[in-house]
Amino acid sequence: MADESSVVDGAKKGVALKAVSEGNLELVTSPHSHFGWTTSRIMWTVTIALLPSLGAGIFYFGPLALVPVIGAIVGAVGCEWVVGRINKKADTVPDGSAFLTGLLLGLILPPGFSPLHAVLGGVVAVGLGKAVFGGLGDNIFNPALVGRAFLQASFPAGMTDWSTAVTRVDAVSQATPLGLFKFGEPSQFLGDITTSKLLLGNVGGCIGETSSLAIIVGAAILLVTRVAHWRIMGSMLLGGVVFSGAFSLLGVGPGPLFDILSGGFLFGAVFMATDYVTSPNTTRGQYVFGAGIALLTILIRRFGGLPEGVMYSILLMNAAVPLINRVTRPRIFGATS
Amino acid sequence: MAKKQTPIGTEFMKGLWDQNPVLKALLGLCPTLAVTTSAMNGVGMGVATTFVLVCASLLISLVRKAIPTQVRIASFIVVIATFVTIVDLEMKALFPAMSKSLGAFIPLIVVNCLILGRQEAFASKNNPFRSIVDAVGMGLGFTLTLTVLGAVRELLGNRTMFGFQVLPDAFEPWIVMILPAGAFLTLGFMLGAVNTITHRREQAAIATRRAASLTVKEA
Repeated sequence: MADESSVVDGAKKGVALKAVSEGNLELVTSPHSHFGWTTSRIMWTVTIALLPSLGAGIFYFGPLALVPVIGAIVGAVGCEWVVGRINKKADTVPDGSAFLTGLLLGLILPPGFSPLHAVLGGVVAVGLGKAVFGGLGDNIFNPALVGRAFLQASFPAGMTDWSTAVTRVDAVSQATPLGLFKFGEPSQFLGDITTSKLLLGNVGGCIGETSSLAIIVGAAILLVTRVAHWRIMGSMLLGGVVFSGAFSLLGVGPGPLFDILSGGFLFGAVFMATDYVTSPNTTRGQYVFGAGIALLTILIRRFGGLPEGVMYSILLMNAAVPLINRVTRPRIFGATS
Repeated sequence: MAKKQTPIGTEFMKGLWDQNPVLKALLGLCPTLAVTTSAMNGVGMGVATTFVLVCASLLISLVRKAIPTQVRIASFIVVIATFVTIVDLEMKALFPAMSKSLGAFIPLIVVNCLILGRQEAFASKNNPFRSIVDAVGMGLGFTLTLTVLGAVRELLGNRTMFGFQVLPDAFEPWIVMILPAGAFLTLGFMLGAVNTITHRREQAAIATRRAASLTVKEA
């Protein structure tokens, strides 16, 4: 009955709607011509850029390091699929965004992390980080980091257990460089951690963040394919150098090189802070965003209770993005004052 | 009273769902979020609040014509504070453990907007019987909500329900659920569920009405 009346209404409104209903006229919103880049192409490019980091993680921590990564991907993609079915919307799994969220989350988990908890993290990342806000593009916070923050708050022991089953016979238990710096003996710290080790990645840490070199390769892929712009990465790195350097000149902390190469600083700068959805739109805003993350990270590392602060720094700056966009809005050409 | 009175049953039931103080009116969120780390805490907080609410509603509606409008809020607070003091001392004497775990939130019932809200919106305008029914309904709605919230958080954050372990040891508790963040997450999901149900009911009602009006037009 309702259908009949709507058809009658449509006929009253004119010929155009009739043509649409017969399929003779196609209505498409602008833009009518674009670059050919689709969401899925960007997502899979980032996935490729992440492969060196994944490879380095497997190389240093053993093939078992794949287990939490796969768990996180399963959780994220599964949640995306279920949310799509509940909302009765088009299937968003093939666009690769949920796969990427899962992969990103997996790479920032400890290598020996429980796979079941990794699945939970993936579900939380997509469900609480993205779906509750309305899906891709509407989320305020970086979904993968939301998942990690949830896991960090839920399983603090598992999230700080850096032991790995490297060989067939025994597991290697090790502290992260930042952990050593904060809680360990200074002499041990200076002896064990060299810059080359930090660069190549044979140090304790999350799966994807261990090898700085692999992350730099990923960054090169993102920059060459123009998937990510250098502004946020660059301002965050420069901010790291400036703030860490300033503190080390005052006698606090180990200096810029160590700060940038250790922990999640590079990984966060290249893959997390550059997320389109949760970073500012304006050019100036992007500089502010990157520098803000660097400042918060260094402050947390120097004066906070935790050894590492990249995750919380990025999440905090995510929350500030609407404000940054507002303040750094470009002046309209020709407008006065 | 000139206007038609709502049936007493509706007056009671509205506190449970249609005007649930937490899930619909979003009143009294401070104790809701702060003390619901376990189901038992939820029950304790709910019962204490209900006691104060019922007693205060009764007293206020008895003296409602004697309270000058200009000082009504202050008068409400004095009455509420009296009953809160009674609850506080009683709980310290009878349930010392519960009193300790609820801590400062028992005295803070004084400033629970739910109680002040019911005095302002209902007890000061209705007779004692209706005020008590309204207060019991609201108090029950508050208690049930807090108990469910506490039960979910206790189950996931501590593997237990009312202090008894119900999930196996293999289930590693999600510590975040008994932290403040868990309160916000759980309440958010409860509000989402309630809004979804309400929305679906409204849509169904609109569809029924439209169908009815179409039938009338055709006839």
